[in-house]
This record gives sequence, structure tokens and C-alpha cells, in this order.
Amino acid sequence: MSEPLLEIKNLKVEFDVRDGIVHAVDGVTFTINRGETLGVIGESGCGKSITAKTVMRMVPKPGKIPEGEILYHRRDKYNPDKGVELLNITNMDPNGEEIRHIRGGEFAMIFQEPMSCLTPVYTAGTHIGEALDLHRLLPRKVGDRMAEVIAGYRHVTKEEAREIAIEMLRRVGLPKPEQRVDSYPHQLSGGQRQRVMIAIALSCQPAMLIADEPTTALDVSIEAQILDIMRDLQESTDMAIMFITHNLGVVAEMAKEIVVMYMGKQVEKADTTTIFYEPKHPYTRALLQSIPKVGKRSSKRLASIKGMVPDPFNLPTGCVFHPRCPSYMPGKCDKIVPKWQEVEKDHWVRCLLYEDV
Amino acid sequence: MAENNDVQKEQISQAYLALVWWKFKKNKMAVVGGVIVILFYLICGVLAEFVSPYPLSFQSDYLEARPQPLVFKNQEGKFSLIPSVYGLEETVDVELRKRIYVVDKTQIFPLALLPKAAEPYKLLGFIPMNRHLFGVNLKAAPDGYAFLFGTDRLGRDIFSRIIYGGRLSLLIGLLGQIGTFVLGSAMGTISGYYGGVVDILIQRLTEFVGAFPDIPLFMALAAAIPIGWSPIMVYFMLTLIMVFIRWGGLARQVRGLILSLREREYVLAAQSAGASDARLMFRHLLPGTLSHIIVIATLMIPGMILSETALSFLGLGLRPPLTSWGVLLQEVTSVRAIRFAPWLLIPLPFIVLAILAFNMLGDGLRDAMDPYGGR
Repeated sequence: MSEPLLEIKNLKVEFDVRDGIVHAVDGVTFTINRGETLGVIGESGCGKSITAKTVMRMVPKPGKIPEGEILYHRRDKYNPDKGVELLNITNMDPNGEEIRHIRGGEFAMIFQEPMSCLTPVYTAGTHIGEALDLHRLLPRKVGDRMAEVIAGYRHVTKEEAREIAIEMLRRVGLPKPEQRVDSYPHQLSGGQRQRVMIAIALSCQPAMLIADEPTTALDVSIEAQILDIMRDLQESTDMAIMFITHNLGVVAEMAKEIVVMYMGKQVEKADTTTIFYEPKHPYTRALLQSIPKVGKRSSKRLASIKGMVPDPFNLPTGCVFHPRCPSYMPGKCDKIVPKWQEVEKDHWVRCLLYEDV
Repeated sequence: MAENNDVQKEQISQAYLALVWWKFKKNKMAVVGGVIVILFYLICGVLAEFVSPYPLSFQSDYLEARPQPLVFKNQEGKFSLIPSVYGLEETVDVELRKRIYVVDKTQIFPLALLPKAAEPYKLLGFIPMNRHLFGVNLKAAPDGYAFLFGTDRLGRDIFSRIIYGGRLSLLIGLLGQIGTFVLGSAMGTISGYYGGVVDILIQRLTEFVGAFPDIPLFMALAAAIPIGWSPIMVYFMLTLIMVFIRWGGLARQVRGLILSLREREYVLAAQSAGASDARLMFRHLLPGTLSHIIVIATLMIPGMILSETALSFLGLGLRPPLTSWGVLLQEVTSVRAIRFAPWLLIPLPFIVLAILAFNMLGDGLRDAMDPYGGR
């Protein structure tokens, strides 16, 4: 059942800036399976978004990938019998034809800020039409209805693009899609724009959707609607989702498996229930404790993680979390770099508490 | 219900343009400028053959004749609402030792609206016509003539030549500006989008071109045009030269705008949808700068027209037999001409009017394109 779609192996991304080298992503390893949702959580600046952009090969300058591999198990949408072909995304030219084909066509991405993600001079329909024009092919059919054969594929015409656009807008739950297809971004509300973004992303039937904090800028009722839409569409299209957020509630609702990141490193990975009920890493525990509990009257102050996020140019020695860690073991944590190890089945942790040292 | 919704939608999407138009209309100077510009292009650009009473090739026997005064009299000398012109009589000024023309009040040539032309012509070279807008009523005065602004030293009607000259001068402004617009916005967009080495190269190039003193560079380039070329080729070559010299300013403005637009999230979004660099630059970024570019471009057209006029005046631009405003003014380069035929300067107010009108229009557009701004 769980067939891998994307394997990220020991991925590193660094930025060589004037003040030194920032290791934005430092040895991240995980696999996303076809049709499943992986949640990536962590504080702001922990490397979540950079990981996502690296998968799309859209790392901003002067970012580099010194190590690691991103393997994409590609299954041809238009030729399913061909089997799975393995593409190494890290070897592709970031401006090349190959990666441009994957962007939008195979992996689609939606962003945090729906307010500014649509080009102001184009209508919703034009945006979807552009994506369709770039990535979607329609079958060219031969023969009568009884013996119809797909003879090949052709590009979408303008009229078809408009029809598909209206259909997509209807599927993401935009009211009056026949009219909204001609709306400019400034005529749409934030929730509507995010729906349009999702419609654009899904219009080309991608194998994976990368959602980079898709609901952060929306209010809570709209957030719930958008999450519902994403889940419904995932069920009907068998699409994988890489869901990046710092909202633990949202990720609990969406993801099957969760990766917790801290300062560019993944500190824990397990399925959602395990992360929430049996967290192993002190950082994950601290994160979970800092969620306010609704309905429980308590005189205690809300727990917070002590200390500050360290300076990325001056990372602590040993375990990067040790200065803030409640289970800090002097002489160990500040000396030894913890390994990424499987402590229980499918439960990976990077912490010295679970190592014999 | 559906119709009602359509109307509403129409209103929303038209809101910005409506606001721009409303603000533009409030600015009376801009409207006047706009109307004058349109009239100039209509009269000189489209209807030159029709509006001018004489064809371009026409030469009369009256050399350097002074403008004929307009009177409201008929041929019997009685008051009439139909305007007429007095005839001219040739005399010799003994003191100046020169042949001059004086007004002969005994000869009265009535003018007519839409008279039959002396010979049929083709409007814009392909619409056959045989009437002019106005001219001497050849039925009432078979050998009459009417030179409202006088004639030049070859006996050509200056009024007609101003209109024909406007065609080339205004067109070079427009064509040149279109060229500048295309080259400048393309280079500016590329420069702003790629940044780095490309940006530095393009910016140094604009500085290099901009650092040349204009007139000597024009002269060198214009002198490089082979003398044997047909006038039309020379015309287009001159337009190209002006484009090459002037694209830099526009390119820098566009670059600045693109630099700020490049950081917007929709660029990232379009990139993540698989858009190529060219598509990002010209479909997603450039349209965002258009309202700004159009204003700059409008304000640059007068400079184009003036450059042509100045070059032709210096004898480096267009040459006879082409007729442009600069070529017309070239005839007034001697003191003799100003002393004895000051009416040769009549093209000047037309040039000034056209330039002012363009500036008024451009200023009005600039204010209107920013409808939320102050004032």
C-alpha cells in the first residue's frame, strides 16, 4: 500500500553569507508515501520552508545543497503502464526544463500568504489556464464510443481551460465559479484567494502538494474549511501532501506522520498519534506542553520553552537543543552530537537520552 | 438576477479604470492636452491630404509670397459670411532690389468648404478622393489661389506643408517611443529580474550610452546613414537611432520597478507552478509596471519630436524631399529669410503647441494613474 513517492536522504542546505555559513537544513531524512500526508512542524526559522523549497529546487540565492539526495519515484500520469522511474532532483539544473516540468506538473506548492500569491493583473481563470497550458495534457481519442482508444495527448485549448478552471473552482468550494473565474485577485477575499491557489495547484493533477503554512494567514473558520477541502481532494485524487506548519492542532488533524524540526535538524519522527501521546524528544514534549488546553481551568501559567532560539552562526556544541533542554545532561549533551536512531518501530529520535553514552 | 450580477461584476472590474478616467476628466489641462494631441494625429497623421488645400508636390509661381489676408467679402466687395482671400500682385521693391508681393484688394478669391480638388488624390495613399476640406472656389475664381500662411522660396503652400510635416514629425515621436518602450522595458526587465552580472552589464551600457553628448552622437550616427538611401529608409534609420539613444532612461525606471516587484510572493508562486524565466518576467512582472511606463513614455514623446526637429534643422535628420517640421524650419536658418519672409517661422507655434499638449496629457495621466494619491 504505502509506496514511496519522495525520499529525502541526509539533505543539507547551506547559505554562505557574509557573517558565516548558515546550515538551514542539516541532514534531514524522511520519506513521503503516495497518497499520504506528512506533517513538518517546528518553530519559525527551523528550516521547514527551505526543505520544501529545496524539493522544488527553488532555494533562494546564495543557497547550496552540499550533500544529500532527493529521490522522486515518478509515475508517468499519461503512461501509467510505464512503471516507476527514479529521478534525482538534487542533480537537476534549478533553471532547467526538467525541474520546471516537475514544478506545478508533478509537485504543486501553496504558500502562506494567499493575499499576495496571485499576480494582480490576471483573473483567477487566467491563473489556472496558465498552469493548465504549462502542464496539463488531454487525451486525444480515436474511434467510436464502443472502441475508444487514447491515441496520444494534446494541449488544452482556451475554451477547455476555462471549463476546467470553472470546474476546479467549484471543487474547491468557491461560490458562483462561473463568475469568480473572471475575478481579479483584489476582488477576492483571503479565503477565496487561498481556494484559488489550491485550485491552481490541483488543476494539473500533481502527485504531491507542498502546503507551506497554507492557513496561517486565514481566520479559524476559513482555516477549517480549507483543511476540509484539502483532505477531500486528497482522498479523491490520491495525492501526497507535505504539510508544513507551526500549528500543532492543524497538523494533528491533517497528517499521518509527523517530522519535528529544530534548527535545521529533524529531532523526532513518528506517526501522529505517537508524537502526540508518546513524544520522546524533550523538544517535542516542550512544544506539546506549550499548547493551551481549552476547557481545563488551571491556575498554572502556560508552559513555554525557556531560553532563546540560538544564533544560527553560533550553534551550540553537541546537541543544538541542550541550552534550552529540561533534561540537559552536563558533560554529555554539550559534547556529543546525538545520532538519528530508531528507538521503537517507525519512531525515530535524535537525543542522547536514548543513546548509551 | 444573473444580469444584475454581471453588471455588478463589470462595475467592480472597471472600478480602477473608472477612477482613473474620472480623475483625468477633472484635470481640465490634461483633457485639453489630450484633445489637442488627438486632433494633431487626426489632422496631420490621418487626414493630411484631405485637410491641406494643396498636395505635397504642388509648386505655385508665387515664390516667397506673404500670407493672404482673410476677409469676409464676396467678389463684388459686399459683406459675406463666406470667407475670401485677397489676391497678390507682384512688384519690385527698388530699395531692396527684390521681387515682392503686395496685397491686391481688387482681386477677391472666395473660399469654399469641400471644393473639388484640382486633381484627384489618394488619402493615405489608397483611399481615392477628389475633394479637400477647404480651398479656393475654382468655379467662382478659376485661377484663384489661397496661401493662408504664405509660400516658401519654391512657391509651396506653407499651410499644407505644416500639415504634411506634422505627419512625419508626430509619427517619428510615436514610432520612436514604441521602439524605446519595447527595447527599454525588455532590457529593464531582464536587468532587474536577473540582477548580478547581467544587471551590471546592462546598467553600465545605459550609462555608457547616456554619457555621450547627444548632438555629436546623433551627428555621427546620422552621418553614417548612406547618402544613397531612399528617404523612407533614412526616416526609419533615424527613428532607430533615436531609439538606441533613448532607451536607457526607460530601462532604468523599469529596472527599479521590477526590483521591487520581484520580491512579491506571486513571483514565487508562479515559479512554483513551473513558469519559465521569460514567462515570469514578461507575463507576471512587466504588466505590473505598465501604468508607470505608459506615463513615462507619454512624457518622452515630446523629446522625440524635438530631437527630430533639432536634427533636421541642423541638416542631419530628415532631408528634402521629405517634409517634417524640422525640415520646414531648416529654411529659416538665414537672417535673410527671417527679414524678408518671417512667415516661414509659422511652423514654430505648431511645434510648441504639440509639445505642450503632450506634456499636459502626460502630466494629467501621471496624476490620474494614481487615483488614490493626494491632490
